[in-house]
Amino acid sequence: MPYEAWKDNEYIEGLVNELRESGTNIIVGSLDKLINWGRSNSLWPLTFATSCCGIEFVSLGAARFDMARFGWEVARSSPRQADFMMVAGTIVNRMVPVFRRLYDQLAEPKYVIACGSCAISGGPFRKSYHVAKGIEDIVPVDVFVPGCPPRPEAMIYGIMQLSRKVKVERFFGGVNRQEKQSEFLAQHPVEGVDD
Amino acid sequence: MQSLSVNTVWVNEWLTQYMPSWLATTIECVVVGVGILLVYALLALFYIYYERKLCAAFQCRLGPNRVGPMGLLQSFADMFKMLIKEIITLNHVDQFLYALAPYLVIIASVLAFAVLPWGDGLQIIDFNIGIFFLIAVSSIGVLGILLAGWSSNNKYTLIGSLRAGAQMVSYELSIGLSVITMVCLAGTMTVGGIVAEQSDLWFIFKGHVPAIIAFVIYMIAGTAETNRGPFDLPEAESELTAGYHTEYSGMHFGFYYLAEYLNLFIVSGVAALLFFGGWMPFHIPGWETFNNIMDFIPGTIWFLGKAFVLSFVIIWFKWTFPRLRIDQLLALEWKYLLPINLVNLVLMVLIIIFGWHF
Amino acid sequence: MASITEKISKLFPQATIEGENNPVVTIADEQWHDLALALRDDSDLKMDYLVTIVGMDWTENLGCIYYLMSTTTNNILGVKVLARGTRQEPHITSVADVWKVATLYEREVYDFFGIIFVGNPDMRRLFLSIDWVGYPLRKDYDENPELNPVSTENERQSDFTDTYTLNSDGKLEKKEIRIFQPEDFVVNIGPQHPATHGVLRFRTCVDGETIKKIDVYMGYIHRGIEKLCENLTYPQTLHFMDRMDYFSAHNYHHALCMLYEKAAGIEISRRAQVIRVMMDELSRIASHCLFIGTYCMDLGATTMLFYTLRVREQILDIMEKTCGARMTFNYDCIGGVMQDLAPDFVQDVKALLEVLPKNIKEYNKIFTGNVIAKNRMEGVGILSREDAIAYAITGPSGRASGWACDMRKLQPYSIYSELDFEEIVATEGDSMARFKCRMAEMEQSAKILEQLVDNIPEGEYCVKVPKMLKLPAGRWFQLTEGCRGAFGLYLESDGSTKPYRLKIAPPCLPQAAVVDHITRGQKVADLITIGGSMDYIVPDIDR
Repeated sequence: MPYEAWKDNEYIEGLVNELRESGTNIIVGSLDKLINWGRSNSLWPLTFATSCCGIEFVSLGAARFDMARFGWEVARSSPRQADFMMVAGTIVNRMVPVFRRLYDQLAEPKYVIACGSCAISGGPFRKSYHVAKGIEDIVPVDVFVPGCPPRPEAMIYGIMQLSRKVKVERFFGGVNRQEKQSEFLAQHPVEGVDD
Repeated sequence: MQSLSVNTVWVNEWLTQYMPSWLATTIECVVVGVGILLVYALLALFYIYYERKLCAAFQCRLGPNRVGPMGLLQSFADMFKMLIKEIITLNHVDQFLYALAPYLVIIASVLAFAVLPWGDGLQIIDFNIGIFFLIAVSSIGVLGILLAGWSSNNKYTLIGSLRAGAQMVSYELSIGLSVITMVCLAGTMTVGGIVAEQSDLWFIFKGHVPAIIAFVIYMIAGTAETNRGPFDLPEAESELTAGYHTEYSGMHFGFYYLAEYLNLFIVSGVAALLFFGGWMPFHIPGWETFNNIMDFIPGTIWFLGKAFVLSFVIIWFKWTFPRLRIDQLLALEWKYLLPINLVNLVLMVLIIIFGWHF
Repeated sequence: MASITEKISKLFPQATIEGENNPVVTIADEQWHDLALALRDDSDLKMDYLVTIVGMDWTENLGCIYYLMSTTTNNILGVKVLARGTRQEPHITSVADVWKVATLYEREVYDFFGIIFVGNPDMRRLFLSIDWVGYPLRKDYDENPELNPVSTENERQSDFTDTYTLNSDGKLEKKEIRIFQPEDFVVNIGPQHPATHGVLRFRTCVDGETIKKIDVYMGYIHRGIEKLCENLTYPQTLHFMDRMDYFSAHNYHHALCMLYEKAAGIEISRRAQVIRVMMDELSRIASHCLFIGTYCMDLGATTMLFYTLRVREQILDIMEKTCGARMTFNYDCIGGVMQDLAPDFVQDVKALLEVLPKNIKEYNKIFTGNVIAKNRMEGVGILSREDAIAYAITGPSGRASGWACDMRKLQPYSIYSELDFEEIVATEGDSMARFKCRMAEMEQSAKILEQLVDNIPEGEYCVKVPKMLKLPAGRWFQLTEGCRGAFGLYLESDGSTKPYRLKIAPPCLPQAAVVDHITRGQKVADLITIGGSMDYIVPDIDR
């Protein structure tokens, strides 16, 4: 994809600028490039769906939208082998521990896409007694895809943004989302577990 | 067409002129080893791409087309990612066996690789029990799968690996018997000898009925040996999440992933060797001009072409058929394939004794 | 109808009966079990199908309304039973031994209202976790999130279940029963598992590859729709129907709109009726298409999914042109439909009807005739007609067992009585029959569309309805046919702009519950076959 076609996301542009300003070592820089090329082009989703959005995710894999074009079709059922988690659907109180455990089981580097209004804020069920009001309080989220449910095109756009975000990461330090991630995890420990 | 063994012998002599023979052998081993690992990796990556594109075609999709020209670099990207992905250490597992298992699986397929002839003289070693060696080492893989399932301390992996054990042990019988059938026809167990026997006509034509039966059984059993659909019970995704490798992450999982495709190549490579003449071009007795034209195509291309076509058939199985149940799977082997195979072996022997083959 | 009420008042003179067309019998708890047995076994009544149990909180007392239906006479009867005991420990006699599905329905009522059913062998919470404080559907429920915080701590799990008995002086006595024995090998399937079609959880006790027992856990997507509805005005409650069984979005919407229209006495135009029925049947085809695809994928034939989704995409296109969305349409509204049909609607439907038979033929060629598929499905998970009725398995799954339970025929609504279509009934009751029933139903839906596509009458698509709709006080119950079975709706209104109680009786809940019964003794792989062939949608189970 040519870069010009995709510089419409302010947040990621900010990251790119920050990166450019800080400068980098050539060898480390090109290694980083190679690693990021691999990571950003090979995002394998975890088969995870709780409700309506999950069906649109199925459509995303089907012939019309065909996420295989981007290499995202290797949906793994085991979280240990997946790269990102498309949180498609409502997360309710009873699901929260399971969901958090799934997130913890993902191998690094791991990413989360909050897909649909239920995952973002609770959506139409926000006032319910048994619905988590957005998954942001449970796991760190990388990309939000609004909609109820989002169209498959929107999901493609969302995963592409994730892919771009991965591209500006640094494996060897620098501007790094991993720090933010560990900060988040330190603030949101899993309750009932001490290690 | 010149045999490649001429070149290798020359290299060997040239090296021994300048250094003691042990050093020469060591250097040769290292060079060949690095070479084989490289080819191994490239081939597996190509196969991953091949399957993804084929499956897309069956499903009216496009398949990978964004990374590199026509998506050719897709599996390279996957491999880079997998190499640097975290390998999660688990608490309640048998650490040694857990770490050992993926290597066993991959070693088994590398060893099997050693005797496959890619062209005239283009093979690592050609010893007198070549095909027997191949069957022997390829069954080490099941050990790796059993260990993986047992050591992961997970109920899914345990069920998956026990399924794998039952399945592999059963289907090995069929593979072995159909290979023996063809060995009878060839009269030799050396891989080079088997290929040489087919210089006038491939075995599938030479041995007519029993050879065709043996081929069909071999393909069915081979699909089961590689744990591919419709026999993919050990990793049946809809039942056991990811089967015996559920707990593996990063490159450990990558080994299983690569080995699966490598085994696919080995199974189709052996089928090409036994039934379609390995690297031997297509010859028809009596048609000298035709045979000469065929000889212009290098043996390596013949071999790879045959292997890819046969793999295509196996991939085609996977994306068409539903999965069998474990009892049906074992019934298929013990009630049908095994008796047919035994009768077929007798038939082949009769044919050879009476000289009914072409 | 009159004969039923007469018969009941003869047998139980203490019972009071109200209502003419949809009679509701009120009976004291002491006699309830005897009445239940009489209702089921009496040759004139034959109320063998328990549609749902509606838990109620009338603030001064708690109670239940049982809705029963006869599979021979198609009469629907309500039975109202008030709970005995205090508000802290209300109790009603269980009828789990009369109708098998009651075991589950009573658990649901216990979960939401805290009513203990004396004699029910499995009195646990159903949707909420063990440690949940309070009973959410009671009117005085404290919604303070501090009482039930969102926690990442694993929920407590118990291997025991409770059962209650009444001792001689009228006190409740609790007894614990083990679900699994300590030596059992229990595999936990779900809630995150590719085969459960969402977040359902089976604790499966296996012996090698053979299943010994399954304990179903639900509630991993319980969103409290019934409680949410009580705080919203009538038109606002509609959009939840899209998000339960998202494949039957049109059908459920249609059902709720019809219920409100019936209660408010609104007549809708024929054009709106025809549009609604056409949309219902289109979604039925789309839903069955996706069922076939995902079911084949569960059995390992992944490619079928892509072929069936092709037809589904075509239907979604038709809907998108008219409704403006691919999934949650929100199309039916009180008084008709939201907007008029798109100009190409007729043309698109005709194009669909042309390709559909070819596609069905292709599906049969690829999958149904396959030897492996036959071996996997034939004779697996056999459900007898008696069990289907006792467990309240409706829809294609029930019809595959030989129970003609199509509500479009039994309780004709909208314009279905004028249409010519067959009810597909098979007798085998195995997974193959369930699969084939759905395949054949697609053809019948196409037949209905064919009859309507050229006969869409002109007229207004929506009648004027006041923005703040007020329904008169009263209670209504209605059964319609979703894509997966009988969809029951119970509405109780106190005359305000909001429903006092809206009970949703989804078809998928009993279908998930019956899995334990029909998988015993089968292989682990058959669990996938059976669960898939039931075609439950988890958000529909949990609401």
